[in-house]
Amino acid sequence: MQAFTTLNSAVIPLDRANVDTDAIIPKQFLKTIERQGLGKFLFFDWRYRAGDLTDPNADFVLNRVDLQGAQVLLAQQNFGCGSSREHAPWALADYGIRAVIAPSFADIFANNCVQNGILLITLPQETIDTLFLAARAAPLQVHIDLAAQELRSADGRRYAFDIAPGAKHKLLNGLDDIQMTLAHADVIRAYEAERSRQMPWLFREVQHG
Amino acid sequence: MTAQTLYDKLWEQHRILSEEDGRTLLYIDRHLLHEVTSPQAFSGLRAAGRKLWRVDANIATADHNVPTTDRAAGIADATSRLQVETLDRNCVEFGVEEYGMLDRRQGIVHVIAPEQGLTLPGMTVVCGDSHTATHGALGALAFGIGTTEVEHVLATQCLWARKSKNMRVWVEGTLPQGVTAKDLVLAIIGQIGTAGGTGHAIEFAGPGIEALSVEGRMTVCNMAIEAGARSGMVAPDAKTFAYLQGRPHAPQGDDWERAVAFWQTLHSDSDAQFDREIRIDASQLLPQVTWGTSPEMVLSVDAKVPDPAAAPDPVRREAWTRALEYMGLQAGTPISEIAVDKVFIGSCTNARIEDLRAAAEIVRGKRKADSVKAVLVVPGSGLVKAQAESEGLDQIFRDAGFEWREPGCSMCLAMNADRLEPGERCAATSNRNFEGRQGAGGRTHLVSPAMAAAAAIAGHFVDLRRWHG
Repeated sequence: MQAFTTLNSAVIPLDRANVDTDAIIPKQFLKTIERQGLGKFLFFDWRYRAGDLTDPNADFVLNRVDLQGAQVLLAQQNFGCGSSREHAPWALADYGIRAVIAPSFADIFANNCVQNGILLITLPQETIDTLFLAARAAPLQVHIDLAAQELRSADGRRYAFDIAPGAKHKLLNGLDDIQMTLAHADVIRAYEAERSRQMPWLFREVQHG
Repeated sequence: MTAQTLYDKLWEQHRILSEEDGRTLLYIDRHLLHEVTSPQAFSGLRAAGRKLWRVDANIATADHNVPTTDRAAGIADATSRLQVETLDRNCVEFGVEEYGMLDRRQGIVHVIAPEQGLTLPGMTVVCGDSHTATHGALGALAFGIGTTEVEHVLATQCLWARKSKNMRVWVEGTLPQGVTAKDLVLAIIGQIGTAGGTGHAIEFAGPGIEALSVEGRMTVCNMAIEAGARSGMVAPDAKTFAYLQGRPHAPQGDDWERAVAFWQTLHSDSDAQFDREIRIDASQLLPQVTWGTSPEMVLSVDAKVPDPAAAPDPVRREAWTRALEYMGLQAGTPISEIAVDKVFIGSCTNARIEDLRAAAEIVRGKRKADSVKAVLVVPGSGLVKAQAESEGLDQIFRDAGFEWREPGCSMCLAMNADRLEPGERCAATSNRNFEGRQGAGGRTHLVSPAMAAAAAIAGHFVDLRRWHG
């Protein structure tokens, strides 16, 4: 997983609440058996006219000429709600999005982002409103420093943000969970043995890997 | 010992260890797999040379992509076919039991696991699908996960998680005639909003929940995620035990007695504290219909489409305006005057036998309106289908001009051939009315099976309490 330390980027202001994962990546792109290649389908129904990849919708913010290459998305409350599809963060990451800023995020989506090196920054609604105002007309450049838990906008404002220590550590170091978990294999086996003794009906035929 | 909620108990019983930062390693009893969110997890295992930690904890089926017509002909769409075949191959390679497309136990993963007794009270149940919350209806801690987590569960039988807050939705009274579990959960979402349960595990409790059948409780828990909560749950009771007894993977003999004795401890202590509690009176509810593009945009059937000018804040004013435009609706239009082009009866929310019975009861002896282009009835599993056929429900639907299909997710998310065309309006018993959910440009109104059936007959939404066909 790609580590996240600091980032300089313009902000893409997507001024909508309850952006669901169906909107981030529609169902027809979930048929893939790969993780890569979803970036061009990100926000497909909003980004292209009549489902045509060659006909971008100029009104959609991702298509703004001055925001090409931007890696930070700014959105409204409950971003990433709905389906658990990890294809949503895969599409965001494949497009190049490394951080999303919003007043709140849906739980499963938030988990999936941490697994894919995407930093989610939760800020109060008033701060979000300020950022939208600043980002609307011309690109707003921000600097994100995860270690310092600080977002700095080009107009000099600084915003501190909270992040769970575990998620921060994982993002800063680009860590894979499975290896860390398997370090506890003995504890898991002991738990499992006790559970199968107490509740044998939960086990059909246990086989250890 | 301090008083515990049901969620506290389930969490504590599965806690293997906790890190100082609050992350907990949870043991997972049951892992459900389907074709859409698992291929990348299996490739990850293969790339790292890892095997499954505990093969028997897993069960797989193909549901999202499968055709609902002529199964023997296979899957026409090449990418869908590859995804389903990839699941078959992965299950063979890693030794996972799969109910394949031609198995009569095949069906929507959230329908078949309870049906087979693969979901039991006191379990942790996960699946790469947000509607895993459904299984909480049996007193399990059940929640949806992403594909990286699917891989993690396959490799370790555990998940890292952070404990949610406790929320209780207390349902007073019982539902009036013609008002169902679906209407109840839609009304709850309307009250608390699609982010109302974010960060919380919801326990549904109270006389209105106790009065529901186990299948009705599944409908309620299924949509906990539409209220923002990863998991919803109901304390198991005599109805739960009766539902489970004799199912293929339910405990038997002495184990059954021991299991029931344990399951009876799975309830919130009387003095348990909840971080948040809301109350709703089931006896005051009317049938519900969503009018917008978020499940929280829901009203009683006797209401009118709202005016964005009356929205409580600017963010919602913007969202309502956008929703009305997408839905092709005018503020002030009575819900009962909204005409539908198609009707979908199915999904993990409402494709169990009781749902089909409720729809058939409305339909018996009637015909779909000529203005309705198609009505799809898609049972939740091969066994639900067989049961419905043995009761003659399929014939009632066919006589009414409805289409009787093979089991799968179908037009809930339109990954297979079942979908809306741009601009088409659908009464759907599924769970999401997001833009494009049932097909690009499609317009979805979420309702109960009885309301969907009545809309198919009348051609528009009707107040079931006053409607006689």
